[in-house]
Amino acid sequence: MLGKLTLSAIPLDVPILVGTFTGVVIAALAVLGAITYFGKWGYLWREWLTSVDHKRLGIMYIVLALVMLFRGFADAIMMRSQLALAYNGNPGYLPPHHYDQIFSAHGTIMIFFMAMAFMTGLLNVIVPLQIGARDVAFPFLNSLSFWMTTISAVLINVSLFIGEFAQCGWLVYPPLSEQQFSPGVGVDYYIWAVQLAGVGTLLTGVNFFVTIVKMRAPGMGWMKLPVFTWTAFVTVVLIMAVFPVLTVTLAELALDRYLGMHFFTNDGGGSVQLYLSLIWTWGHPEVYILVLPAFGVFSEITQTFSRKPLFGYRVMVYATLAIGVLSFIVWAHHFFTMGAGPNVNAFFGVATMIIAVPTGVKIFNWLFTMYKGRIQFNGIMYWVIGFMVTFSIGGMTGVMMAMPAADFVLHNSLFLIAHFHNVIIGGVYFGYVAGLNFWWPKVLGFKMNESWGKRAFWCWFVGFYLAFVPLYIAGFEGMTRRMNHYDNADWHVQMLIAAAGAAVIAVGVVCQLMQIYVSIRDRNLAENRDFTGDPWNARTLEWSMASPPPAYNFAVLPDVHGIDTFHTEKQMGRRSYEGKVLAPIHMPKNTAAGFFVGAFSFVLGFAAIWWIWWLAALALVGVFATVILRSFNNDVDYYVPVSEIERDQENYVRSLTAQAAE
Amino acid sequence: MANISATPHGTAHGIDDHEHHNTNNVFGFWIYLMTDCLLFGTLFATFAVMRTQFAGGPTGKELFDLDGVGLETALLLLSSITFGFGMISAYARKQGAMLAWLAITFVLGLGFLVLEVKEFAHLIHAGAGPDRSAFLSAFFTLVATHGLHVTCGLVWIAVIMVQSFSSQVFSTRYMDKLQCLSLFWHFLDIVWICVFTFVYLLSVI
Repeated sequence: MLGKLTLSAIPLDVPILVGTFTGVVIAALAVLGAITYFGKWGYLWREWLTSVDHKRLGIMYIVLALVMLFRGFADAIMMRSQLALAYNGNPGYLPPHHYDQIFSAHGTIMIFFMAMAFMTGLLNVIVPLQIGARDVAFPFLNSLSFWMTTISAVLINVSLFIGEFAQCGWLVYPPLSEQQFSPGVGVDYYIWAVQLAGVGTLLTGVNFFVTIVKMRAPGMGWMKLPVFTWTAFVTVVLIMAVFPVLTVTLAELALDRYLGMHFFTNDGGGSVQLYLSLIWTWGHPEVYILVLPAFGVFSEITQTFSRKPLFGYRVMVYATLAIGVLSFIVWAHHFFTMGAGPNVNAFFGVATMIIAVPTGVKIFNWLFTMYKGRIQFNGIMYWVIGFMVTFSIGGMTGVMMAMPAADFVLHNSLFLIAHFHNVIIGGVYFGYVAGLNFWWPKVLGFKMNESWGKRAFWCWFVGFYLAFVPLYIAGFEGMTRRMNHYDNADWHVQMLIAAAGAAVIAVGVVCQLMQIYVSIRDRNLAENRDFTGDPWNARTLEWSMASPPPAYNFAVLPDVHGIDTFHTEKQMGRRSYEGKVLAPIHMPKNTAAGFFVGAFSFVLGFAAIWWIWWLAALALVGVFATVILRSFNNDVDYYVPVSEIERDQENYVRSLTAQAAE
Repeated sequence: MANISATPHGTAHGIDDHEHHNTNNVFGFWIYLMTDCLLFGTLFATFAVMRTQFAGGPTGKELFDLDGVGLETALLLLSSITFGFGMISAYARKQGAMLAWLAITFVLGLGFLVLEVKEFAHLIHAGAGPDRSAFLSAFFTLVATHGLHVTCGLVWIAVIMVQSFSSQVFSTRYMDKLQCLSLFWHFLDIVWICVFTFVYLLSVI
């Protein structure tokens, strides 16, 4: 009746998990209680959970990403403290069975549910505003994508309290991940969570591709597209190209596990090497999927706060495209040591090094944008400068490992761990946080607190070097990744420094929380409110309407004449909406269908993990029934009346003139 | 398909189009199909790697019965033609003819599926199931993925036939859906031609 699920699946014998579970339950009850007490369930359901508004979905994505950041970061703290303790006969406090789940969950959560969710959130909030569109091409699919991502994040966290998680790393390499060596449900949790989230990501890719290709404002040719949207465009192309490969790879692993097939097994003709090639065909472009939008964020911020147009716009676009293409021909550098031979390794080594060229071009573009600029050195620019230094170092250690001969020494060592955290924290995470600070006033109508933002930056920046430079050194000294305990005295001191670094980063995370809290608390102070909709005197279209923008974004669609039309118009002292006739605006209605497809998919995933086949079948029927019922509904849109647009417009112009008079 | 853009929009019964929606739906679905194409591409690549990994078990030459597969192919190709006639009827706003052609398409697709399931059952019964060797794993997964797509296509045909019994029939939204389904059905045909060539014919040669 309940498949493999029994009471013994609940890990009552692990005090850390029992404690965490109690904490999560208390926090959840507090939140649910507060919503009930303030009578906000209806509001939450109508305005948020069923929303198809890209801005609200974007906010929810970013909230999800921040929650997942805590989960992933808690894993990181546990790993660092374990390795600071588990030296010279001391087993530490995490037995291997638990420790292996922690490092697998850390990677999976940080990439799929922190970084991907954060990236998708930024795309959702900004891309339609930047191209002068009123929504994405398929608003309902957008809501569906969000729910697929969210329920997958919930599913992966359920593995904490019911059953276990995978113990074979964040990419679950076979044969270790096969039924023979991982008979538990851990790998199944991984497969179902990543597969269901992958559906959401693929649909996001299609959605934003169509949005950018088809819904740009009149006059916005390709070479007039804002740089962030360009990077978003290349990212969604990469998503569409590689997520189907990930789906097939994990489906084949699942078939091995569930039906005894032989894709990647040791026997029956299976090939482990095939899994590695397939997973990295997805995996290498994936890192560019994450980092390209961060590059876009840095471009927007650098030009805004240097008070200059971006240096080398076209070169920036071509560099982005070049990185997108090159990302497909480097995947074998993840397994130089597998024995493909010197010629194959030489090709992939050289291809990898070539990627440093367009990336270096970008760094110089940002530097030259700042050169002779009137730089406004605020907290957001801190993240940009911190990124340039940190990412350059991370890029160079990457080029070191692109040499196959060197890689034979460094492969799977802590040097590799330090390298990819160097580029992912220094590139991706710094970029997303900078983007959050930069666009926060646009989305919410008030600025983020400067002091706490700077404190957060310094803790992250210093903490990062403290935590990861020792890992470079330990890697050189031969320490491999995923080690549970050790007895080499040279490594111990590095592990102690790294643990201290993780503690400093923890303070940085607390500062970020404080920054959010203080910003919301002080939102009504005059110096924090954004009356103009353009608090940074910026260049692109998302700053041309009130903050927060009305649901329909643009009262009249803007005419675009060049790069940074909005900036040109400000200099000429006119606005594109002036003198235009308002017309009713056609908008999509909210729908609960995405929520229900997500909920049924969650049940499907959970039931399949535990082999509860009758429930899985019911859930699958639920998914199909919801989609079909939705297709019978023709009442999916409405018009915003002119009177409402006029009222919004008048309010906006009034607050603009009031601000100008001060 | 050239006359798609010539379709009059006037029959939409009170349903207005977002300024971009008409082109967006079909274009978006086409883009989605391209990602589906990559999904099949990955499955074909897997099959190419696994096609000689028999693990001492039966080979494709010993297992495949080209007559049965030929019949399947004929049914599916014919169903593409009948779907095309259904589209022509829809453009001509002939609901009865459209329903008849869609029904014929449905029956042909169902026939294809029945033959495929019978072939699978026969193979599994003969001890050549997907767990026998990497070659058979890759074969079953590729062909069954196509079969699952056909199943979804059949459900979709049934749904769209039911939906024609409403005042919304031949609205822009309805025609968009019909065009997407049409793309989907022809796409499955193209995939099947590749399956027939690279999986069955090349294994038997």
